[in-house]
Amino acid sequence: MLIAVIVALAVGTYGFRLAGVVLRDRLDLPEPVHRLLPMAAAALLAALAGTAALTESGAFAGVARPAGVAVGALLAWLKAPFVVVVLAAATTAALLRLLGIP
Amino acid sequence: MRDVGALGVAVLAVGASFGAIAIAAGLPVWAVVAMSVFVFAGGSQFMAVGLVTVGNPFAAVFAGLLLNARHLPFGLAIADAIGHGWWRRLVGSHLLVDESVAFAMALPAGPGRQRAYWSTGVTLFIAWQIGTVLGILLGGSVGDTDALGLDAAFPAGMIALLLPSLRDRDTRQVALSGALVAVLATPLLPAGLPVLLALSGLLLAWRR
Repeated sequence: MLIAVIVALAVGTYGFRLAGVVLRDRLDLPEPVHRLLPMAAAALLAALAGTAALTESGAFAGVARPAGVAVGALLAWLKAPFVVVVLAAATTAALLRLLGIP
Repeated sequence: MRDVGALGVAVLAVGASFGAIAIAAGLPVWAVVAMSVFVFAGGSQFMAVGLVTVGNPFAAVFAGLLLNARHLPFGLAIADAIGHGWWRRLVGSHLLVDESVAFAMALPAGPGRQRAYWSTGVTLFIAWQIGTVLGILLGGSVGDTDALGLDAAFPAGMIALLLPSLRDRDTRQVALSGALVAVLATPLLPAGLPVLLALSGLLLAWRR
């Protein structure tokens, strides 16, 4: 049973990945749709960042994580290097939790 | 490349927590390794372990695939970053994860974008495998990655990579309204669907 779950998940996931990549050339997409594709990716990435920053298992994620992400986002906006953004976000969240803030 | 390295360390730590949790849940070693190598999608792997352990294998597959459906539109958007030729496509598709897409999209189309996609994908794949094996070996002594604040690191990194694209007004409107829809829908819908609903933000650009 377990092996069936893993095979189904692996084949399905790879199918999604490959389908998008192959369809891009196979489908003769009209120009307006081409313009929308990078926007679609940006919308999905923004949604991933937003939901990961604010929610946990469908509920509000608490204070520490959104605060850490906010510090990181502010630094990114100020053009801080990527490594600084990521480290500052993690450190902020970790310190808040160390202080007992969830 | 240094940027990818920073993310690689974080992915390794999350991989270790996946390995440890999966073993603690009673999965055999081969299954844990097979999942990380062949599925290579963190969220769906954690979800599958949780649902398989409570005896719900069908839900594990459906919920996992719903969560991973976003890879199809991602593939459409970044096919040029993978390059041409069947081998590149077959291998490169497996390296399609949120972060490799984000790093690629942060750069203009061209050889730089291709390098970013492949170096991120390969680095994170290797980090994920090493992390998984470390987690299997170390078990319970792998700490909680939330205590390290890694759950804040990933969204922050994603936002940093998105900022260049958001300079374009249309893209900004589409992305921000999509993210808003996703966050509002999260308490109401199963995981995966809210993120897909973010595509509704495209309606704002469609009119023009």
